[in-house]
Amino acid sequence: MVASAKASHIGGALSMADLLAALYGGILHVKPEDPRWPLRDRFILSKGHCCTALYAALALRGFFSIDELKTYGQEGSRLMAHVSHAVPGVDFSTGSLGHGLPHGCGRALAAKRKAEPWRTFVMISDGELDEGSTWEAILFAPQHGLDNLIVTVDYNKIQSLGNVEDVLELGPLSDKLRAFRWSVREVDGHDHHAIHRALVEVPWERGKPSCLIAHTIKGKGVDFMEDKLLWHYKSPDAGQLEQALNQIGCPG
Amino acid sequence: MRTAFIQELINQARRNQSLFLIVGDLGYSVVEPFAQEFPDRFLNAGVAEQNMVGVASGLAAEGYHVFTYSIANFSTLRCLEQIRNDVGYHKAPVTAVSVGAGLAYGNLGYSHHAVQDIGVMRALGSLTILSPADPGESRECVEWLANNPRPSYLRIGKAGEANLHDIRGIANGPIEVKRSTGKIAIAATGSILSVALEAAKLAEEKGIGVSVYSCPWLHPVTPDFFAPLRWFEHIFALEEHMPYGGLASILRDAPLLESKVHSIALNPEPPASVGSQRYLRDMSGLDANSILNRIVSLS
Repeated sequence: MVASAKASHIGGALSMADLLAALYGGILHVKPEDPRWPLRDRFILSKGHCCTALYAALALRGFFSIDELKTYGQEGSRLMAHVSHAVPGVDFSTGSLGHGLPHGCGRALAAKRKAEPWRTFVMISDGELDEGSTWEAILFAPQHGLDNLIVTVDYNKIQSLGNVEDVLELGPLSDKLRAFRWSVREVDGHDHHAIHRALVEVPWERGKPSCLIAHTIKGKGVDFMEDKLLWHYKSPDAGQLEQALNQIGCPG
Repeated sequence: MRTAFIQELINQARRNQSLFLIVGDLGYSVVEPFAQEFPDRFLNAGVAEQNMVGVASGLAAEGYHVFTYSIANFSTLRCLEQIRNDVGYHKAPVTAVSVGAGLAYGNLGYSHHAVQDIGVMRALGSLTILSPADPGESRECVEWLANNPRPSYLRIGKAGEANLHDIRGIANGPIEVKRSTGKIAIAATGSILSVALEAAKLAEEKGIGVSVYSCPWLHPVTPDFFAPLRWFEHIFALEEHMPYGGLASILRDAPLLESKVHSIALNPEPPASVGSQRYLRDMSGLDANSILNRIVSLS
């Protein structure tokens, strides 16, 4: 997708791919044949620039055809290069950072007010933890006892123009979130079993929102992309694409 | 106007289970009756307007029609991108409500003057914009919005404004509040309609007929929405707003009106001194005598 559309953001898509695999592989209650099923778990991708990974997960789950993925970012396609609610299975469009978690809080609050059992999952990036609006929502969720809200942080430690520690260091992130009254766990964001074990047990504490800090590697799975800021921007050429697909064991 | 707003919202909420009110830690002695009657559909989001609108968009996605309430620019400019993306782009039924339109919070200073809001909200393109002149128009605006949930902006005054007329029909076109035989009209939006009526009265005493229209409905408009104004040779657009993007711009964009519109708006330079709404209006030439002088200079 990224190569044929000459798009960007493959690094951040690969860093959260394992999280999405765990979520769509056995955590989220969804019905691909009925994307707006009222009792589905809501999933909000706040790091909307990395939507290729989500589109792939949705296509693999049968929300739309795998063939349609070829249209990503092309003229007239609904597969926009920032996640779009025009796509079956996508609940909310993002692209500007710091919007997903406040929206997710509203969804979770609605479920609470209506006493409905579905949950809201929000995937955020480490970079957007710079946004004040994200912290407004972090204050809000525990205040309203949103234990039906689950945030996963794709903590790959590289943001748009540098390493997180060199731009606005987030650590100690777990301690900060606990101080903000969240229930927090950390996990290897590429260990499917560990991610599943953590998420299958939410909420971890009654009355508190859950935050899974997933330690990830930007560009995970492709050696020349791993931990490289360059792959926030660069689009692989034909040779790099073939090499990358071979490395992740995926036929072109 | 804010009292009329909350009373009508309560009225509507009694029949419409989807109405939800979120306040940005403001509304003391105004919103309590709603909070008491509908605790499940009320929320104080705190001093966090971006999150307030994000939360509103999430509630709206789950079936609520959410009114976000704050004062001056806090419910609009402070969370502008949330209104653009989370509300407008998603066609979410969220109504941003701003209390203290124009110079209503006069002596609180420039931070509290909502004088660019119409232009900015209109530029988004996706919002219905309503700007009532008096408590009666405010009630009708709330009633209309409750029955037509959509991305919207409601710009209301403060407290204590008098009712200026009892004509209904905000969605049909500008409301003719005073009819005259002359070829001059004043079209006003917001509580400054009262000044338009004063100016028209002064003009009448000098033998100049001036009709007065209230324009609570600002956006979107059909090509013929302002057709009743085509008959006039001169139309004064009166607004407590910058001269950019507000009522004057809206009227100039209407077919066959462009060359007839004279803007009576605020000086773009923020005021260097404080004062009441009335004082600041006078300083900017938004008072009845200044308007009269402009009318006389045409005759």
